[in-house]
Amino acid sequence: MTYNEMMVKPMREEVTRLGVQELRSVAEVDGALGPGEGTALVFVNSVCGCAAGAARPALSLALRHPVKPPQLFTVFAGQDLEATARARSYFAEYQPSSPSIALLRDGEVVHFVHRHMIEGRGPEAIAADLIAAFERHCSKETARRE
Amino acid sequence: MSGHVFHPGHEELHGVTVVVEGASGRLWVGRYHETNERGVVLHDVAIHDPAITTVGREPWIERLRKFGVKVEEPFVLLPSKEAGPITRLTDWQPS
Repeated sequence: MTYNEMMVKPMREEVTRLGVQELRSVAEVDGALGPGEGTALVFVNSVCGCAAGAARPALSLALRHPVKPPQLFTVFAGQDLEATARARSYFAEYQPSSPSIALLRDGEVVHFVHRHMIEGRGPEAIAADLIAAFERHCSKETARRE
Repeated sequence: MSGHVFHPGHEELHGVTVVVEGASGRLWVGRYHETNERGVVLHDVAIHDPAITTVGREPWIERLRKFGVKVEEPFVLLPSKEAGPITRLTDWQPS
């Protein structure tokens, strides 16, 4: 069962307006993640409360940091089902949960934020963990700097 | 913002992934729904049963923390006599 698109649209836009590219088809996912080059963040969006109250605000905060992945993608769990399943195939060792955030470098998962690491935490704390991961895994050569 | 309740009207742990230590020796990990007169209700549950696994509690929990909860049961009602201490997965420590 998917959700009413009218309800989901602002949740999508909350992420895409950060400069994150939404992937809505298998082809788009493969085009983005298939090459497996460089550092990429994949935000698995969700309609649930911890996406609204914690994960999306945390992503927004983290992406203000000067060091961040040059490739930023999102899929919407429970809505774009095939695209989400395909994206998860790129981090298949990790159990599916949403919201969640994967950081990949040259096709390998180097950091993963599960839903259980988001639940009940504030955006600032989650963002701090993400920023630490950005600084650890996004080299000066590959990071997007503003 | 610790202790933030995302679902007004529910208990603080509602929707949070927890570890329930069972009187049977099992560990139950899932999203907490509620405690009612029948017991503790969890969704999307993984179970550590020392009778059928050689993996210890701590490495099992560490694996869940790193790779996520592999759901074995979509819904579990733990009878009150089985349900022991309830801890967030992120906070659980061996007793």
